[in-house]
Amino acid sequence: MEILRLAGAIIVFIGSVFLFLGGLGLLRMPDVYNRIQAGTKATTLGSMCVFIGLGIYHPALLSRMLVLLAFIVITNPISSHALARAAHFAGVKLVKGSVCDRLEVEEAEDAASGSPDPIGNDTINDDRPAGDLGGGG
Amino acid sequence: MADLIEIILFASAVLTMAAIVFAALRFLMGPTAADRTAAFDTLTIISISIIAMLAQYFGRIIFIDVAMIYGILSFIGVVAVARYLEGGL
Repeated sequence: MEILRLAGAIIVFIGSVFLFLGGLGLLRMPDVYNRIQAGTKATTLGSMCVFIGLGIYHPALLSRMLVLLAFIVITNPISSHALARAAHFAGVKLVKGSVCDRLEVEEAEDAASGSPDPIGNDTINDDRPAGDLGGGG
Repeated sequence: MADLIEIILFASAVLTMAAIVFAALRFLMGPTAADRTAAFDTLTIISISIIAMLAQYFGRIIFIDVAMIYGILSFIGVVAVARYLEGGL
């Protein structure tokens, strides 16, 4: 039983190292998208490790820890994706030296070909009548 | 053995608090609103881990429910702020 508690504590320590690296990346990365990347991926893995480790350490908490883990794993990528998309549409530029921006390239191609935007964002470039959700070409 | 386990758990709590300090610095510095919102998201995830550790430390299972409600509210808040920055709210 003691070895199980030691294993749980070590997994919690690994998770807290990932949380530390996530905070450090959030402080040190050069632009918004890199910061979102560091601050979301590393902390998702770190909190997963912390929850699993605490569940192993204290088996009475295991079921609730699994529910919390499932919740974090589902919602954290959604919020970071929404945030990165909002930053792009709010006009935040990439850091100098970035290789490519696929969303901007796609927007430029769609503007050139005249088709409605495939992103489905009807609030930014609102030149279509209300109720038209871009079904036809 | 028990001392070693206590030391490991204490070291993990200290590392997590250092992560909270870094994220709070980014929250105060961040040049754009998206930076601050990303820092807020990260702060919430780290705080949920801290609350889970406190639930284990104090032996109170209800702290985990608090952490879950905190996570739900943070998710809704971040999505709402993202939608506002995008211009759709």
